[in-house]
Amino acid sequence: MHEMGIANSILEGVGKEMRRHPGCRPRKVGVRIGELAGVDPEALQFAFEVLVLDTELDSLKLEIEYRAARVRCRACSREYEARNFELQCVSCASLDIQCIGGDELEFAFLEVDEDEPCTAGRKSSQ
Amino acid sequence: MNRVPLEGKVLNENARVAAELRERFQQNRVFVLNLISSPGAGKTTLLERTLENWPQTTRVAVLAGDLQTENDADRLKRYGFPVKQITTGGTCHLDARMIEKNIVEWSLEQLDFLIIENVGNLVCPSSYDLGEAAKVVLLSVTEGEDKPLKYPSIFFRSELMILTKTDLLPYIPFDAPMAVTNARRIHPDIDILRVSCLTGNGLREWFGWLEARRQSFLADIAPCSHRCVNA
Repeated sequence: MHEMGIANSILEGVGKEMRRHPGCRPRKVGVRIGELAGVDPEALQFAFEVLVLDTELDSLKLEIEYRAARVRCRACSREYEARNFELQCVSCASLDIQCIGGDELEFAFLEVDEDEPCTAGRKSSQ
Repeated sequence: MNRVPLEGKVLNENARVAAELRERFQQNRVFVLNLISSPGAGKTTLLERTLENWPQTTRVAVLAGDLQTENDADRLKRYGFPVKQITTGGTCHLDARMIEKNIVEWSLEQLDFLIIENVGNLVCPSSYDLGEAAKVVLLSVTEGEDKPLKYPSIFFRSELMILTKTDLLPYIPFDAPMAVTNARRIHPDIDILRVSCLTGNGLREWFGWLEARRQSFLADIAPCSHRCVNA
């Protein structure tokens, strides 16, 4: 159940970022999690909800972008997504593969309330 | 609602400390292993046999992680090498900060190997970098041969899988070739050893792997560390 510790680290990251946005309220934090990271998205979501419950952050939502492993075949150079650890090359069936992504456990975005004054926020183009 | 881009790893603090540790280990030419398995797969017993037969030519220290008790360290201290217990008090994995705190009394330049026995758990330790050069996963033959499929992350991240308790194979329906197939399905390049700590079968190969992997670690790091400057 290390998801509780990870949820806590997400809240620490939000707290750190919010110091750059005085007077604003965080509404939603986005994280990217690769399948290889060994993190259960449902358990993380649950841990997050438990941690923010009855705190000043209880309206803060967590959005998880779950990513499959990304793999390159050394035999035919094909790059593909390998869901559920089905790593075998989809083109040539080789198992001589190299992982090129899918172990992310990183922040993606933070949505802050714009109804209240927000003096130091960096607006993204999204 | 403003959307602000947010960068960095969620476990940024652990990643930062782990990177510092890795640099220190490399500077001091200490080859560090992170040993991971389910509870009861035989990590401590493998370490007992390892320390019992440790070659005179190299120096080793052990950090042993558990939720509670000093039992593992007590078992391992009798071989005369530096051993320290880390009791996590309920946390299901070791993190880099725990390693940093628990090596302060040791002079890294006087070590060749540091073996970290993680908390018995196949899930959580896979997310926490400890600054190690390699992860090693143990799978005992009293577990299912489908463990690599059920807990893929740790088998994917480990360089070596050790099948332990292989002396039991004649008595139980464990399909060892299937376990190997499953591990390679998750991690095609994974090294695999079969070890019985009871009979000693496979221990020679384990020592061979340790030394060969340490040599490749030494070859990969900068050839002139402060140790050779001081030498």
